Amino acid sequence: MERLIKKYSKKLVEHGLCNEGSPLIGGLEVELIWNKKDPSRKILEKVINSLNITSILFAEPAEPYFSILNYLSFKANELTIHPKDCETRTFLHDIPVSLKFEANSIIKILKNRKSVIIPKHGIITIGTISPEQTFIVYSSVCFALFVKFFDDYYYSITSNNINEQQKTIFNQTIDYYKNFISKIKKVSSTNNISLKKEDEVIKSIIKTGKLTVDCLMVDSFFGNISYKLKKSIYISQTGSSLDELIGCIDKCPINQSSCAAITASSEFSAHKDIYLNTKNKAILHGHPKFCVIMSLLCRKNNCKFKGQCHIKCPEKRYAKDIPIVSGEVGTGIFGLYRTLPPAIKNKRGVIVYGHGLFIADKYSLENTFNNLIDIETMCLNLYLEKVKENNAI
Amino acid sequence: MFGWTGKILCLDLSKKQYTTLTPNQNIYDEYIGGRGLAGYYLKEVIKEPWDSEKMRLLFFTGPLTDTPSPTSGRMTIMSRSPLTGTLCDSSVGGTLGGQIKKAGWDGLIITGKSQNMIGIEIIDSSINFIDASNLKGSTISEVISKFEKNSSTAIIGPAAENGVLFSNIVLDSHHFAGRGGLGLVMANKNIKYIKVKGTGKTSVFDINELRKAREKIFRLTAASPILLGELGISNYGTGALYDLMDSRNMMPTDNFKATKFNYAPKLNAYQYKNKYEPKKTGCPGCHILCKKIGKNNEILPEFETMSHFTALIGNKDLDTVVKANNICNEMGMDTISAAATLACYSEIKEKIITKGKVLSLLYDIALSKGIGKELKLGSYRYAELKGQEEAAMTVKKQELPAYDPRGAYGMALSYATSTRSGCHLRAYPISHEILRKPVATDRFTFNGKARIIKISEDLNAVIDSLTTCKFLFFAATLEEYAQVFYAVTGIKTTAQDLLKKGERIYYNEYTMNALNGFTSKDNDLPKRFFKNPGTSTIESKIKPLKRKDFLKCLKDYYKIRGLDKNGLPTKKETEKLGIEWKD
Ligand SMILES: [Zn+2]
Repeated sequence: MERLIKKYSKKLVEHGLCNEGSPLIGGLEVELIWNKKDPSRKILEKVINSLNITSILFAEPAEPYFSILNYLSFKANELTIHPKDCETRTFLHDIPVSLKFEANSIIKILKNRKSVIIPKHGIITIGTISPEQTFIVYSSVCFALFVKFFDDYYYSITSNNINEQQKTIFNQTIDYYKNFISKIKKVSSTNNISLKKEDEVIKSIIKTGKLTVDCLMVDSFFGNISYKLKKSIYISQTGSSLDELIGCIDKCPINQSSCAAITASSEFSAHKDIYLNTKNKAILHGHPKFCVIMSLLCRKNNCKFKGQCHIKCPEKRYAKDIPIVSGEVGTGIFGLYRTLPPAIKNKRGVIVYGHGLFIADKYSLENTFNNLIDIETMCLNLYLEKVKENNAI
Repeated sequence: MFGWTGKILCLDLSKKQYTTLTPNQNIYDEYIGGRGLAGYYLKEVIKEPWDSEKMRLLFFTGPLTDTPSPTSGRMTIMSRSPLTGTLCDSSVGGTLGGQIKKAGWDGLIITGKSQNMIGIEIIDSSINFIDASNLKGSTISEVISKFEKNSSTAIIGPAAENGVLFSNIVLDSHHFAGRGGLGLVMANKNIKYIKVKGTGKTSVFDINELRKAREKIFRLTAASPILLGELGISNYGTGALYDLMDSRNMMPTDNFKATKFNYAPKLNAYQYKNKYEPKKTGCPGCHILCKKIGKNNEILPEFETMSHFTALIGNKDLDTVVKANNICNEMGMDTISAAATLACYSEIKEKIITKGKVLSLLYDIALSKGIGKELKLGSYRYAELKGQEEAAMTVKKQELPAYDPRGAYGMALSYATSTRSGCHLRAYPISHEILRKPVATDRFTFNGKARIIKISEDLNAVIDSLTTCKFLFFAATLEEYAQVFYAVTGIKTTAQDLLKKGERIYYNEYTMNALNGFTSKDNDLPKRFFKNPGTSTIESKIKPLKRKDFLKCLKDYYKIRGLDKNGLPTKKETEKLGIEWKD
């Protein structure tokens, strides 16, 4: 427990989600242990002792998340925020707000949700099994709030209803993000030679996975990565962190003669169909923020699928050369394994509505990584252009 | 009343009479239904021997049964186990639960003993005791062939009639209430079958709200590779786990002397799929459909059966597994205990059981013939009889399922703490130790497992009481089911409030076992797991469990569960949970 608490309080800082010293994590085995002394412990102790859980996390998020959190939670109706991204829809359902940093109000909310945000204080998340859950949920909440802010911002611009606070946060965040993305180093070219040996493949997956996380192109443990070698797909396991893939890569025979890869990523079917129908050998999937934001920007009025964009969007939408398709996680009737593989033919990548970016390459994972950075930069610029266009009107 | 019917049917077979019980709402509030409610009513007689006239055999549905809630087509059957002496319950699928609800009952409480063998036929509130002497000795399908198609039934086979301590009750034709010998309790009451038909409908408080919750649950299950992924249990049945257990070196082999079976890759779910071209089937109201029926209507084995009828007994033949499964099903006995008893027999006799012998021994057990007279008592009593107790791989006399605890330490603890004796389903730590849900935990440590197991036990107690399916919780959580519960019953609740009820239900089960003298010394594993390693490969090393760590973890568990150091309930905790208990 102690090890996990340390690990995730460190990870929150490394991922740019919290400032050094901010995360307070408590873990309950027989006794309750904390990673540090903190005046908030009294309230959180009451919370953890009132719930049947093993871990709790409280932290003020780093900027720009904290400003965004404060802005969105102060204007929330019914004290609940409803982001439209896929992680919220699937796993969080919504993000509740407690106006008071007070045990009873927090307990009431956490009895039925994994997180609560408290304006001017931060985010509290809980885990039933491990502190890892508190980290994952925390990260998802930050991601969802970020995406929602920019989606809302575009809406405010187009409806001519923008306020000063929004503008300030917008400018600060865009500066921050431009600076951040320009600093990401691409991988030097790999001469477009595909890999021939299993250990090369595994090494390459581990390395590219770590790169993707290190440059913050995927939040929490979402995202997946694979490579096809001979008659097998090597793919990251479900719920694995892309930066910790040692021992978490499943080898799946393409003819499915073994179910040992039942633990493979939920997007295994999508990866497999891409390999079966194209000449690609490498696939990388992450959640770059502006790819996700761009996919949400459709303000078509009178669309009969309004509110169902994530499953039923009938439009052929693009961000420049990158198609945007609907589809949910996994293999349901609206699963992205139906929409993604046909759309990615002869394309560098595809964005799935509200969810993230899939990139495929004929040779190497390094190429997919470089394309990830290119496409995210492109989406950021596209977003800024759209904002500018509408601002001018 | 929404969700529940508010009525329980009490049948006294000695008098051939029946009455109606209408529990107070607070009993429903505290014990929900299914396993919780059945436990509440079992406790009143738990000190009776399993074969006493006063002993109850309980069939209980939950508030979600017979509603459009996902995977709600389940119910609980409960009594005291002839095999173990602890309580024994089984969450079972099929159509019976739905029909009991439609007939207007939340559950059946059966007491007494009939003089002659009978069938109980229930159509709504009309109850008939039918002489069934002519069905004595009939197999499950012979009994079913006497009924109109698609009848909802609970039947015992010859195994129960012949005193097999691990005999089952079979629902419809292929859902099994297994493990501790519920079939024998039913046989002792002289009931061959129960048939129920209902014409009513369970009322739902807010169907729109239910639709919203369903959508969330479907989205989560679609995102789960284990449930609906191409390699998952919807496509391959629970047998999808077979390769995984092999690759993790935790497949119990040669009566738990090893943990890897070299022939496993040729005996996996893929081989069954090729050979038997199975179609999907399952419980009503389920979209996962994990049961597999072959092209010639063979009922294909579940994971535990696949594993124990191959690796545990050294059998390399696929067909033999299917045939053995079929014999157990037709005779009505538990496949885990049957295979494990054969493995124990093989170890004691120091001989390999040939494939033909596997089948003939199963018949001997079910018909109580020859060596079957000893083996029908299960591996614990058989080994005791032969003076070789260490060959019985049991916890509280119940044979262990197909997850070697040396490969998953949470499983080791949960085998010991399970209130229905050696069982994997009370906490199902495979979920996080192997399947990585909701997140992965380190399978080779006891650290942190005490509380995780306690919480999981509470969770599964809720699941079995609502009732719904454990598998679904690889993906869904009580957050979504709190919404389902509200939509069905109209009673607002939260995930944590439900979990609190689960805690009460589980603790109540501890009090029942304590009343029958079970203490900490019974919460232990066979010595083999502490003495001998499993099979190691480069990928994973399977070492013996460290006894000191295991005992420390058990001690932590007692503290967290609110039991004293002897594993017994305390006044303080029972008062807190509102459970009856005298120190
Ligand atoms: Zn994703």
